[in-house]
Amino acid sequence: MIEEIFRAEYGRAVSVLTRVLGDLDLAEEAVQDAFTTAAEQWPVKGAPPAPAGWIITTARNRAIDKLRRESKGQEKHAQAVLLHMLQHQPDEEVGDVPDERLRLIFTCCHPSLALQAQVALTLKLLGGLSTGEIARAFLVPEPTMAQRIVRAKGKIRAARIPYRVPRDADLPERLKAVLAVVYLIFNEGYFDKEALEAEAIRLGRVLAQLMPDEPEVWGLLALMLLVASRREARLRNGELVLLDDQDRTRWNAGQVAEGQDIVRRCLRWNRPGPYQIQAAINAVHSDPPTDWHQVVALYDQLLAHTPSPVVALHRAVAIAETEGPRTALRQVDALDLDRYHLFHAVRADLLQRSGEDPTAALEAALERAEHPAERDLLRKRLSLATADQQDHADQHEQDHQDPQPGGHATGV
Amino acid sequence: MTQKYLLSIYQPDGEAPPPEVLDPIMANLTALNEEMQAKGAWVFAVGLHPPSTATVLKAKDDDVLMTDGPFTEGKEHIGGFTVIQAEDLDEALEWGRRLATVLSPLPVEVRPIVF
Repeated sequence: MIEEIFRAEYGRAVSVLTRVLGDLDLAEEAVQDAFTTAAEQWPVKGAPPAPAGWIITTARNRAIDKLRRESKGQEKHAQAVLLHMLQHQPDEEVGDVPDERLRLIFTCCHPSLALQAQVALTLKLLGGLSTGEIARAFLVPEPTMAQRIVRAKGKIRAARIPYRVPRDADLPERLKAVLAVVYLIFNEGYFDKEALEAEAIRLGRVLAQLMPDEPEVWGLLALMLLVASRREARLRNGELVLLDDQDRTRWNAGQVAEGQDIVRRCLRWNRPGPYQIQAAINAVHSDPPTDWHQVVALYDQLLAHTPSPVVALHRAVAIAETEGPRTALRQVDALDLDRYHLFHAVRADLLQRSGEDPTAALEAALERAEHPAERDLLRKRLSLATADQQDHADQHEQDHQDPQPGGHATGV
Repeated sequence: MTQKYLLSIYQPDGEAPPPEVLDPIMANLTALNEEMQAKGAWVFAVGLHPPSTATVLKAKDDDVLMTDGPFTEGKEHIGGFTVIQAEDLDEALEWGRRLATVLSPLPVEVRPIVF
C-alpha cells in the first residue's frame, strides 16, 4: 500500500515541495521524512482518505519544523522561507493537490546537464528510485552514481537552472530532450530491466497527462507500450525469440490494445514525428500478419524525419519482405554500419535467404554483439549455418530478422 | 535578485585572423555588448593579449615563484570574457549562445559566479 503510493506520489510530492522550498535536497528530505512517518502511522491508524495530500502536507510541516530548529542565528532567512511557504499552502482537498512535476521533469532534463545525469535525476526525483537502485540499473558503482547526482544537483543550484516549464519557443527542443531521457530509461537498463521499463511507461503516462496536446508524448507512450507488450514472448528459457516465432498468446493484450488505440488517435491528429512513426510500425507488427508494404511506407516517413543509416537498415529488412532479400541486401551493403552488430546480423539473414553462405557475417555480428541473449541467438544461428553449409542442405531458415527502430532493433 | 555569470571565450593560440576577417566580428561583438548594456545584462567585458604575454606567480614557503607563460598547457586559452547578470541559467545561456554565434567557431563557457 505505502509502496504503491510511494511509487505513484513521490515525484509529485518532491515537485511541490521543491516549488515551496526552492531546493531539491530539502524537498527530497522532507518527502522521505513524510513517507517514513506514513510507514509508522498508517499500519496502526489506517491510511488517510487523501494519501497524496497527506504526504505533501506532512512533508511541508516537517520542512517547517526543520527550518525552525535550524533557524537560530539565521532568523531573517528562515522567516522569509516560512513566509514564502505560508503563501504557498497547498489545499488539502484531493483534487486540489498541486502538480509541479512538469517543472521538475524539465529541470532534471535540462540540456546543460550531462545525459547520464539527466537520467539519474529523473529516476531519483520523479521515480523515487534510490541511488543504489539507479547505480545497479546502469552498472555503475554506487559512489560514482551518488557523486553524479550530487554534482548535478550542485549545478542546478549554483548555476540556477530554472524550475519551470520552458517558454513556447524553446518547448519543442526541450521536450525532445525529455522524451529522449524517458526512452533511454526504457531501453538502457541492464539490471532489473522490467522495473525500468515500467518506470519509463509510468513517466510516459505522467507526461501524457500533463502535456495532452503533444502528439510525440503520446507517440512515445504508445511505442513503449507496444514494445513492452511483447516482453513475455521475447524470451524463452533466456533465449531471444524473433517476432515471427513468438507465442502471440503471451503478448500483453491490454498494452497492445492501448498502444494501438493511441497510434490511431495520433494518426487522426496528423502531426507525425519520429516516436509516433515508430509506434505506428510497432502497431503494424502487433496486428499479424504484418503488412510489410505499410511498414516500408512508415520507414520512408521515419527516414524523412530522422535520416540515419540505422533507420535505413530497418527499412531494408522490410524491403526484403516486399521486394526480396537480394534487393534488400544491395541496400544494406551500401550502408556504413560496419561497427554495428545488427548490420552484420541482418546481412547474414539476407545472405542466407539469397542462398549464400552467412557464416562470415554471423561471425562479424557475434564479434560486435554485447547483449548475452543476442549473443546466444547469434551463436545458435552460426552453428545452424555451419551445419547447413556442411550438409549442403537446400533448406532456408525461416529465421527473419525483423528489427525495430530505436533501441528495439533486435527483432523481438 | 540576479545571478552573475562568466562567459569565457576560448581561442586557439597563434596569430589573430587578418583584419578582413576580424573587423566584421569585432563590429558584431560591439553591437552585442551594446545590446547587453541596453538590456541591463552587461557587467563588463575584456579582451586579452595572447597567452605568451602572461606571467604565473605561485607562493611557495616564504617565496613567490615566477614563471613565464600561461598557467595551463594546451593550444587554446581564454582570449577574453564577458561578465553578465541574468535571472537564471536559461537567460545566461541565451546570451552565451548569441556570443558564440558572433565569435563562431570559438567556444564560449558559461559559468556562474559566486561573488
